Amino acid sequence: MSRVVVDVVLKPEISDPQGQAVLGALGRLGHSGVTSVRQGKHFVLEVDGTPDEAELKQIAETLLANPVIEDVELHLPTD
Amino acid sequence: MRIGIITFPGSLDDVDAARAVRLAGGEPVALWHAEHDLKDVDAVVLPGGFSYGDYLRAGAIAARAPLMQDVVERAKQGLPVLGICNGFQVLCEAGLLPGALTRNSHLHFRNRDQVLVVERADTAWTHAYADGQRIVIPVKNGEGRYVAADADLDRLEGENRVVFRYADGNPNGSSRDIAGVTSEDGRVVGLMPHPEHAVEDLTGPSTDGLGFFTSVLKAVVAA
Repeated sequence: MSRVVVDVVLKPEISDPQGQAVLGALGRLGHSGVTSVRQGKHFVLEVDGTPDEAELKQIAETLLANPVIEDVELHLPTD
Repeated sequence: MRIGIITFPGSLDDVDAARAVRLAGGEPVALWHAEHDLKDVDAVVLPGGFSYGDYLRAGAIAARAPLMQDVVERAKQGLPVLGICNGFQVLCEAGLLPGALTRNSHLHFRNRDQVLVVERADTAWTHAYADGQRIVIPVKNGEGRYVAADADLDRLEGENRVVFRYADGNPNGSSRDIAGVTSEDGRVVGLMPHPEHAVEDLTGPSTDGLGFFTSVLKAVVAA
């Protein structure tokens, strides 16, 4: 069993009202040093055997993320 | 004339869409997302709702349903397809229409009667209207903000593929006030507002939505 992590975040040119709402809350809490927040999704997949990178890349790019509006990062186990 | 209406788990407006088809003079045919069976329909409507609870992204899981493979294949051969609200999200996720629908810019669900300007009266679903006509139909969504990269929006506008724009106020922050778009051949149309809720005086703000369904009946005869 290995653990694969996929991070998905809106592309920089797509505005992120949820991230902006979080940024607004941080400002009200006095954290004025934070200048930007982008909210995304974090998937943790448990995979039997050795992960097949090509298959996981396909899963990440065709289902977990919508490449029209999102960037995706695949993190394979390093050990 | 047989117009199929697909029900996904979480579809809400399939019954209203069927009623709109019947009022327009067509025969509504219920289609189930999990079957590879389009039942010889002449056109397809993807109704509004919250398929799969909007989990992952609105429309994302429904776009991978078995029946959607058939819809994509037939749409590429000219089958008229209309996606309303969640149906529009499904069509974008399935790659039949460009762009994507995301959280409303103000983060609130917005439900109201909405003025739209018809920008294209020559698609399979808009023949009953005139270019520039203003219609009023309900809009109700939380993830209706139409987005795409600027270059893609420029290309869409250049190809004249914006079918509807919001007028008298943009309800969700959609780029360039875009409410609906079409495929290159004008046979696939998606929009966030709900024509099927504006087909009778008793229950709608107008009967302006009926034209979608009368249009496709004529488009099917012409084809």
